[in-house]
Amino acid sequence: MSIMSYNGGACIAMKGRNCIAIASDLRFGIQGQTVGMDFEKIFPMNDHLYLGLTGLASDILTVSERLEFHIKLYELRENRKISPKTFLSVLSNLLYEKRFGPYFIEPVIAGIDPKTRQPFIASCDLIGCPMEPEDFVVTGTCATQLYGMCEALWKPDMQPDELFECCSQALLNAVDRDAGSGWGAVVHIIEVGKVTTRRLKARMD
Amino acid sequence: MSERYSFSLTTFSPSGKLVQIEYALNAVTAGAPSVGIKASNGVVIAAEKKQKSILYDENSIHKVEQITENIGMIYSGMGPDYRVLLARARKIAQVYYRRYQESIPTIQLVQQVSNVMQEYTQSGGVRPFGVSLLICGFDNERPYLFQCDPSGAYFAWKATALGKNHLNGKTFLEKRYSDELELEDAVHTAILTLKESFEGVMDENNIELGIADEKGFRRLGPSEVNDYLASIA
Repeated sequence: MSIMSYNGGACIAMKGRNCIAIASDLRFGIQGQTVGMDFEKIFPMNDHLYLGLTGLASDILTVSERLEFHIKLYELRENRKISPKTFLSVLSNLLYEKRFGPYFIEPVIAGIDPKTRQPFIASCDLIGCPMEPEDFVVTGTCATQLYGMCEALWKPDMQPDELFECCSQALLNAVDRDAGSGWGAVVHIIEVGKVTTRRLKARMD
Repeated sequence: MSERYSFSLTTFSPSGKLVQIEYALNAVTAGAPSVGIKASNGVVIAAEKKQKSILYDENSIHKVEQITENIGMIYSGMGPDYRVLLARARKIAQVYYRRYQESIPTIQLVQQVSNVMQEYTQSGGVRPFGVSLLICGFDNERPYLFQCDPSGAYFAWKATALGKNHLNGKTFLEKRYSDELELEDAVHTAILTLKESFEGVMDENNIELGIADEKGFRRLGPSEVNDYLASIA
């Protein structure tokens, strides 16, 4: 039994044309038993910055709370919204601080830069190694399946509606091949000035 | 094992003043003049660096110092206290960079340095710093000029003078300053402001200039200073 698959879960973020999609499943399990079907793993840090976390559920809550604390103080002190790139550095530092006793999470960041209006996605491993690809990021117990689905479905410069379809199908079909993830899904489409949140009709098993 | 006083040496007088801070400000006013001017496209800081004897090697020690790529600092008051704050400011800037992978904004640096100065007015067994700092920087696509006082207060200036003769200096600047001033004119004006209180002949070895613009902060070399001095002669 791996600590990273104790609670199960999956997260995905994709870049589109001036928009991003970030989605997660809703399962909260304790090993084989599902105990929750509304455990969203995506947390808004501010209007244009969303954080997704998979892994150990209590660490998911702790890290998202610590980051929110951090970000709120930053925005008050500096009198400006944090940019996604800077947020990635904060997250990376926070995780590496616990290098020899880490948080058992794998985060995913999706946001729109407040100054340049460019879409931004990134992910880290549990000790903070950052990755900023141009297409998509995936984490969770069905990461392998997610990689396969994204590689097949993703294409650059998708409009919000197309991106939503792509992201949803990638997530749904990947979690259906994983016992630890599923039981519903939530997708956020983030554009400049607008965020659309939808829950997906999924296999509840 | 360090033995520290647990009580502060800076205490209120009946009238509500912190006399130690007043005295620290006196130390600043007794120090060599310094000037800062914010132009539309940059900031200039300058100071008089007169040495008491010709035996001094002027080019070994500098008053104008760089803190980061975009931020620089000058002072009036006690040199050794300045060095302590300079080291702290540089460290603050690097700690910020380590965490955010981003250069510290000038205002954030100023707030943190001022915080340090305030701590020394309310901690056990220490005295306030005997310097006022002029911190200049360029970020957010605009110039900034701040003064940090021994009390921990900080002020954003368009133009100001510190140290000996600062009142005359400020009066001079009030007449000369305009919002449309460009950096070249600002350097010119800064030198003239220093000249007002300068005894003797100004040359490239007894004044120091620093400039912050969109390319960053740098201290001017003796030959550049000489060029500016030549243009006002």
